[in-house]
Amino acid sequence: MSKGTLFDKVWDLHTVDLLASGQTQLFIGLHLIHEVTSPQAFAMLKERGLRVMFPERTVATVDHIVPTEDQARPFADSLAEEMMATLEKNVEEYGIRFYNVGSGSQGIVHVIAPEQGLTQPGMTIACGDSHTSTHGAFGAIAFGIGTSQVRDVLASQTLALSKLKVRKIEVNGRLRPGVYAKDVILHVIRKLGVKGGGGYAYEYAGSTIEQMSMEERMTLCNMSIEGGARCGYVNPDQVTYTYLKGKDFAPKGADWEQAIAWWNSLRSDKEAEYDDVVVFDADDIPPTITWGITPGQGIGVDETIPTLDSLTADERPIAEEAYRYMDFEPGQPIKGAKVDVCFIGSCTNGRISDLREAAKFAQGHHVAESVKAFVVPGSERVKQQAEKEGLDKIFQAAGFEWRQPGCSMCLAMNPDKLQGRQLSASSSNRNFKGRQGSASGRTLLMSPAMVVSAAVTGQVSDVRDLIHSN
Amino acid sequence: MSQVTAVAGRGMPLVGNDIDTDRIIPARFLRCVTFDGLGEQVFVDDRAQAQGEHPFDLSQFQGAKILVVNRNFGCGSSREHAPQAIARWGIEGLIGESFAEIFFGNCVAMGIPCLTAESDVVNSLQKMLLENPQLELQLDLEKMQVSCGDFTASVSMDKGPRQMFLNGAWDACGQLVAHVDGIKATAAKLPYISWSNA
Repeated sequence: MSKGTLFDKVWDLHTVDLLASGQTQLFIGLHLIHEVTSPQAFAMLKERGLRVMFPERTVATVDHIVPTEDQARPFADSLAEEMMATLEKNVEEYGIRFYNVGSGSQGIVHVIAPEQGLTQPGMTIACGDSHTSTHGAFGAIAFGIGTSQVRDVLASQTLALSKLKVRKIEVNGRLRPGVYAKDVILHVIRKLGVKGGGGYAYEYAGSTIEQMSMEERMTLCNMSIEGGARCGYVNPDQVTYTYLKGKDFAPKGADWEQAIAWWNSLRSDKEAEYDDVVVFDADDIPPTITWGITPGQGIGVDETIPTLDSLTADERPIAEEAYRYMDFEPGQPIKGAKVDVCFIGSCTNGRISDLREAAKFAQGHHVAESVKAFVVPGSERVKQQAEKEGLDKIFQAAGFEWRQPGCSMCLAMNPDKLQGRQLSASSSNRNFKGRQGSASGRTLLMSPAMVVSAAVTGQVSDVRDLIHSN
Repeated sequence: MSQVTAVAGRGMPLVGNDIDTDRIIPARFLRCVTFDGLGEQVFVDDRAQAQGEHPFDLSQFQGAKILVVNRNFGCGSSREHAPQAIARWGIEGLIGESFAEIFFGNCVAMGIPCLTAESDVVNSLQKMLLENPQLELQLDLEKMQVSCGDFTASVSMDKGPRQMFLNGAWDACGQLVAHVDGIKATAAKLPYISWSNA
């Protein structure tokens, strides 16, 4: 049983009661909602004659179904339009703050809450979306929930939960050139497995993590769920405070000083006890790319597709399924695989620093003729900032399409989809069968820099070679 | 509020580790404002590819109430549409080697128990069902065991959710709302609730 960690402290401070079942009733400090997982929750609320207990602690945006080309209303997809209209009606009826398309602050829910300072250390944060783990980057306890639980949070601002164990994941040292937070998390999942985090919250620590910017920490925490951990976090520090200061919803004046003292008190104690500790060396982490159909099927860009005999008996059936689905031969290098579509965006890698890094590599190059490449900023603010810096021009000159903000082809609920068996180089988070909108479409997960490298060479290639040619 | 102490019925084996919620219900079917009709779409792409050979399509498994799965079932997206689709197809309980947490939590909130058992138990059950699809399975949450004819094995589930099923409190909403005083008192003690951002 962990003791003295940030997770323990925040959990205790938000505990309302112990339920008869033995579960904890946990207060949720910030509830985020979007159009996909909330309509049924509002309907259930209405059915039971319940009201929203703390409407000021729920914030809404629309991201999954938003088209990234023509955003004129009504949307061309009548189902998307119905979801949009339902959300608009619900936020109006229940008095919930809503960042709609065109408000200047709309975007992917896990991008907009941090950029506005809604996400803060020491909070409990829930959203009907598994990538809510992103917000843990601030030292919040943040996790995804289902729609019935969205109903519970709307009705009571609380959830019935069992406490998680805490695993410390320490990464030490300096990342090599061309290696990013995305590679760190793909490496962690590769080593610990897609179910390794079951029952755990991941605390990311060590000098590599301390050196990361907030946006890199968000990328890291974002994919905790791909490793099976419902929540991942980083202890708040000066990097966190510098990022937060002055943001719209960050505490101001005397409250800012009080906040820092409180946030510091929540950091895991030096003598904190963990249920498990795993240590990685930054130097061992290569630019990493997935080759299969789960985020745990990752390899270094220089490696070959694993052969069956290099895998444990447990890993073999899904590897065999992956060879067939991806049409890769065991032992074949991943480098050189021809890609059809390149996607930069998502709650994992759609922030301004991701776009800056990608633009750095795109500049002076051009997307290969056979490739369709597009960039989808994570939010309207990210888009605006990128345009201010001229990144849109760099991307367009290099042959990338520059789109409107949303979740886009991460899960393809909007018109952005793979066709047939297309192979996609994607900065998103899931390579499941059919994930990017075609039942036979194929996805390779990688960092935005590696996506640019794939786009300009038309095949999986090593971004470090692009560094040298720049 | 109804107690869930056992689920009995014919079983359906669904073999494979890491079956994610995108496979259970692809994202394009999330374009909806109710859960109605999701039962027909469950595993729709996998089923199309299996051309009638997917367990959800095989005639011998029609009417099954218990789904027997392997490791890390329901991983990925938090979409409750996934367990809703499974339940609306007719499944009332699951047994497997392990379940992804959000999926498991969604099932609890819907009154669908997910029990875990050792790999050899799950594999044996799947094998028995493939050989004889008419077998009746019993998931017993009081004795914490699964039985199938002469075969009996122990199963597990975390204490909290198990109690919620047994005492009929799996739909936590009412209980949670009833603690309004405690909720307000907890909120009042959290410094960030009263901070000014102006």
